[in-house]
Amino acid sequence: MNAFEYTFLIPFIPLLGFLLIIFNFKRFPKKLTAALATSLIGISFVLSVYTAWQYFIIMGPLHGVYPKIIGNHFEWLKLGEHLSVHMGTLIDQASVMMLIVVSTVSLMVHIYSIGYMHDDRGFNRFFAFLQLFSFSMLSLVIATNVFQIYIFWELVGVSSFLLIGFYYEKPSAVAASKKAFIVTRFADLFFLLGILLISFHTDTFDFISLTNPENFERFNLHGTTFLGLSIPALALILIFVGGAGKSAMFPLHIWLPDAMEGPSPVSALIHAATMVVAGVYLVARMFANYAIMAPEALALVGYVGAFTSLFAAVIATTQIDFKRVLAFSTISQIGYMMAALGVSGYGEEAGLGYMASMFHLFTHAMFKALLFLGAGAVIHAVHTNSIREMGGLRKYMKTTHITFLIATLAIAGFPGLSGFFSKDEIITAAHQSYPLVFYTLLVVAGLTAFYMFRLYFLVFWNTETHYHHKPHDPGKAMLIPLIILAVLSIVSGYIPFGEFVSSDGKPLHTHLHFDIAIISTLVSFVGIAIAWFLYKKSSDLTSHLIARWGTFYRWAYNKFYIDEVYLFITHNIIFAYISRPIAWFDRHVVDGTMNVIGWITVTTSEKIKGMQSGQLQQYAFAFVSAILVISAFLIYYLINN
Amino acid sequence: MSFLMLFVLVPLLTVIAILFSKNIRQTRWIAALGMSLQLILSAVLVVMYLQIRAAGIADDFVMVKNLSWFPSLNFNLTLGVDGISVSLIALTSIVIFAGVFASWQMESLHREFFISLIVLASGVFGFFITIDLFAMFVFYELAVIPMYLLIGIWGTGPKEYSAMKLTLMLMAGSALIIVGLLGIYFHSAPEGGQLTMNLLEISRYKIPENVQNFLFPFLFVGFGILGALFPLHTWSPDGHASAPTAVSMLHAGVLMKLGSYGVFRIALFLLPQAAHNQGALFLILATIGIVYGALGAIMQKDLKYINAYSSVSHCALILFGLLMFNRSAIDGAILQMISHGIMTALFFALIGMIYGRTHTRMIHEMGGLLKVMPLLGAAYIIGGLASLGLPGFSGFVAEMLVFFGAFSHADTFHRIATVLAASSIVITAVYILRVVGIFLMGPIKDEHHRHLTDATWWEKLSVGTLLLFITLIGMFPSFVTETLIGNSLAPALERLMSNF
Repeated sequence: MNAFEYTFLIPFIPLLGFLLIIFNFKRFPKKLTAALATSLIGISFVLSVYTAWQYFIIMGPLHGVYPKIIGNHFEWLKLGEHLSVHMGTLIDQASVMMLIVVSTVSLMVHIYSIGYMHDDRGFNRFFAFLQLFSFSMLSLVIATNVFQIYIFWELVGVSSFLLIGFYYEKPSAVAASKKAFIVTRFADLFFLLGILLISFHTDTFDFISLTNPENFERFNLHGTTFLGLSIPALALILIFVGGAGKSAMFPLHIWLPDAMEGPSPVSALIHAATMVVAGVYLVARMFANYAIMAPEALALVGYVGAFTSLFAAVIATTQIDFKRVLAFSTISQIGYMMAALGVSGYGEEAGLGYMASMFHLFTHAMFKALLFLGAGAVIHAVHTNSIREMGGLRKYMKTTHITFLIATLAIAGFPGLSGFFSKDEIITAAHQSYPLVFYTLLVVAGLTAFYMFRLYFLVFWNTETHYHHKPHDPGKAMLIPLIILAVLSIVSGYIPFGEFVSSDGKPLHTHLHFDIAIISTLVSFVGIAIAWFLYKKSSDLTSHLIARWGTFYRWAYNKFYIDEVYLFITHNIIFAYISRPIAWFDRHVVDGTMNVIGWITVTTSEKIKGMQSGQLQQYAFAFVSAILVISAFLIYYLINN
Repeated sequence: MSFLMLFVLVPLLTVIAILFSKNIRQTRWIAALGMSLQLILSAVLVVMYLQIRAAGIADDFVMVKNLSWFPSLNFNLTLGVDGISVSLIALTSIVIFAGVFASWQMESLHREFFISLIVLASGVFGFFITIDLFAMFVFYELAVIPMYLLIGIWGTGPKEYSAMKLTLMLMAGSALIIVGLLGIYFHSAPEGGQLTMNLLEISRYKIPENVQNFLFPFLFVGFGILGALFPLHTWSPDGHASAPTAVSMLHAGVLMKLGSYGVFRIALFLLPQAAHNQGALFLILATIGIVYGALGAIMQKDLKYINAYSSVSHCALILFGLLMFNRSAIDGAILQMISHGIMTALFFALIGMIYGRTHTRMIHEMGGLLKVMPLLGAAYIIGGLASLGLPGFSGFVAEMLVFFGAFSHADTFHRIATVLAASSIVITAVYILRVVGIFLMGPIKDEHHRHLTDATWWEKLSVGTLLLFITLIGMFPSFVTETLIGNSLAPALERLMSNF
C-alpha cells in the first residue's frame, strides 16, 4: 500500500474515453463526445496536479532526497529467467513534472479543438485519437521501466501517425504520416537494440535499479564492442538514437516539418509540447547511466543537440509556411534541451544542465503549444498557411495577437518571461564546461529571437493583404486555452524549478546568473531589432539580402536538401536496387528453378511415354532384348569369377 | 472414446450433414454450426487442459489414449496434447470459424466447397491431436489433398498452374518427411527392441548422432517447405494468389504452421543433437527469409502477393526463433505461429472481401477506399499495425520474445542474425504503410468504387473474431506464453539445452 496507488487512473481514464468513443463512433453526437473527452482528460489533469501537490508539497524530500516511488505495478510478460516486463507507475521528480506538462497541454488542446474541429466530419474520430494519444503519452511518462517506455513509445508513434494522417484523403497528409512513422520506426529499431543490449548486461529493465549509481558496480559491463566503444556507451548511444528519432534530432528530423500536415491542435499537443520531447525525457530518465557509465555517449548527446539547434534555427529563418517555421523552431528548441543534458554532470551543482533542460522542457511546452494554437487560430481565420499572404492581423485578431506576442517574447528570451529563465540556466550550464556548445547556443538564442519576430511582424504587422473574409478572433473555446497558456508562459519561469527537479533527487538551489543573462538578453535584442528593421514594414532590403546570400539562402530554404538525400537513398537505392531486384529474383530465379524442375519432369515423361504404347510386339521385343542383355551380363560375370 | 477424437469427428459429421443439404442456405448454416461447435470444443479443451495442469499433472502429454491401428508394425493412433498443440487447435478453430463466415457467399458448387474446406480442417485438427508420427503424417496428407481441389476448382487467375505447383512442392516435402519419419522409426529403439512411431517412446531413446545428422535435413526441409523456408517458399505467393479466400486463410493461417510445428515437434525434439550441429545453416536461411520476404513485399502490386511475401517473412521468424534453442525465443516462436495465423487469416479475409467489391487486387487501381468502406478499411489498418508489430497486438509480444531470446546468444554470428531479423520491423512498416497509403487513403481513384458497400454482418463476424483474438493475446500475452504453453516447453528445451 502506498499513497500513489491511484496514479494508474491518470492514463487509464483517457483510455476509457478512447474506447467509449471508438465503439460509439457513429452514435455519439459531437457535443457528447466533446464533453466526455474533455471532462475525462480534465479528471486526469486534476489527478496529475493532485499527485504533484502530494509529491512535492505534502511529502517533500525524504532526508533531503526526493524518493522514487512505485505507485503500482504488475507483471505483464515474462521475458526470460530473470527478466519480466512490468506495467506500472513510477512517481518521481521527472515523471510528476511530465504528468503536469502532458495533462495541462492535453486539456488545453481538447478545449481548443472543440472550437477548431467544430465543422469537421471526423470530429468523433479526432477526439478518440486525442484520447488514445493522451493515454499513451501519460503511460509513457510514468513508465516504471525502459520496456514499458518502449511499448508506449510505439503507441504514441501510432497515435501521431493517425493524427498527422487525419485528413487521409489528402495525399500530402498521407505521405507525411507515413514518413513520420517510418523515420521514427527506423530510430526505434536502434532503441530496441539498445534495450536488448543493456538488459542483457544488467538483467533489469527497471529504472529504479537501472539508474541507481550504487548498482553500477554489480552490472556486468566489461568488454568492448565494435569501434572500441564500451558496452554501456554503445547501448546508451543506441537508446539515444531512438530518442533522437522521436525528438527530431539531426539527421532524423525530417519527419517533423512534414508532420505539420496534421490539424493545428495536433501540432501543438504532439509535435511541440509532448511527444517530441519524449527523446529528451528518455535521456533524462537514464541520466545517471549516461553521466556516470558513459560520459562519451552523453557528450554525443550534447553535440548532436547543439548542432541540431543551430541547423534548425538557420532553416527557420527562411521558411514561409507559418507552421513550418514553428516546426523548425521546435526542432531547434529540443536541440537546446538535448544540449543542456549533454553538458550536464550528475548530482549537486554539476547537475545544473539536467535541471535546466527539464525546466526548458516545461516552459517550452507552454509557450510552444500557445504558438501553435495561435497559428491555428490565424490559419483558421485567413485560410492559408503562407505568411506571405498574411499581414496586419493585429487589428483584426486582438486577443490572438496579444497572446501570440507573449509566446514570441517568451521563446525569444525576453527578460521576465518564462523562456528567459530556462534559457539562462541552459546557457550557464554550457558556459561551465563546453565553450563550443556555449557559443552555439548563444548564436541560436539570437537566431531564435530573429526568426520568431520575423514571423510575428510578417503576420501581425507588415503590409496588410486583402482578405476575402474579414479575419476575426476565434470563439471562446479557442480563446480560453490561448489566454491560460499565455498566463502560464509568463509565470512558469518563476517556479523555483531546481527545488523540484534535479539530477540526483536533492533539491538544487538556483539563481539567475546576471553575467550570462545580460549577454544572452543582448543577443536576443539584436535578433529582435534586426527583425523589426527588416519586417515590421515591408521593405526591399529583404530581397536585396536574399539576392546577396543567394546560394546560402536557397540551401537553407530547401532545408539543406536532407529530404532529397533520404529520398534518393530510399527510392533510388533501396527500392530500385534492392527491393525490386529481390522481387524479380524471386519470380525469375528462385521460382524459375522450380519451374525448370517441373518442366524437366514433364518433358522427360513426355519423351518416355511412347514406351507404353499397348502394342504386344513392342513389349515382347523389349522383354526379349532385356533378357538377352541380362543373360549376357550374367554369363560374363560368372565366367570372370 | 476420447474427448480429443471429437475434434476429428465433429468436422466429419458436419461434412456428412452437408451432403444432405438442399441449398446454399442450409449448407452454410450447417458449416457455421459445425465450426461454432468446434470453436466451443476448443474453449472447453483449453479449460480442461488448464484444469489438468492445475491438478498438478506434469506429464509431457495429457489426455493420452492409445488406439491400435497397424499392430504388426506397431503403428497406433495415439492421441495426446500439450499446451502447444492445445493452443494450435484453438488457432485452427478460430481460423476455420472465421473462414466459414468469410465464404458465406460461395455460390458455385457450395456443397463441394464446404466439404473440401472442412475435410482440410479435420486433417489439421487430426495432425495436432496425435502424437504418433505415422498418424500425424496421414492427417497431414489429408489436409494437403483437398487443397489441390479447392485451388484448382474455386481459385482465380492461373489456378491450375498454382494448384499443381503448390501440391507438387508440398508433395515433395511429404516425400522428404516420410523418409525422415521412417528413418526415425527404424532407429526408434536399440537393437532388437520394439520399433515405434510414438513420439513419447522415441524421445526416451537417444538416436545415434550420425543417424540424427542424416535424418535432420529431410525433416527440417520437408516441414520447412510447408513453413515457407527460403528458398522453397515459391509455392506460397502463387498458391495464395489463386486460392479462394477461406482457403488462403486456412492455408496461410494454419497449414503453414503445421510445417513449423513439425519442425519443432519432430525435427528439433527428436533430433536435438543434429539440430545443434546443423542449426547455423538453417538459421542463415531463416534470417534470409525474414529480410528477403519483407523486402520482396515492398515492390508488390497485388494485395495477395504482398501478404504472401509478408507471410514468408513472418513464418521465417518462427523458424528463426525455434533455432535459438532457448525458452524465450521458442516461446515467442510458438506465439508467433498463433499470432501470424490469426493475422494473416485476417488479411486474406479482408482482401477477399475487398476483392469481392472492387474486382481487383491491384493496389494502384484502388484508392481512398477507407472513405467508402470505413469498417473494412479500418480493420485492414488495424491488421497492418498488428502485422508491423505494434504493442497491444499479438505480433509485438511474439517478436519481442524471439528477439530477446536470440539476443541472449552473445556470439557475433547470432548477434548479426538478430540485428538483421530485427531490422524487419522497419521494412515491415514500410510495406504495410505503403499499401495502406495507396489503396485505402488518398482520394478515390475509381469512380465506380464510390458506391461500394461496407461490411455485411457475416463479414463483421469473421473479421471481428480475428481482431478480437489478436488484441486479447496482445493485451494479455502471459495467458498464452506462460499459462498455456509455458510448461510444455520444458521437455523440448531439456533435450535441446542438454547439448550445451
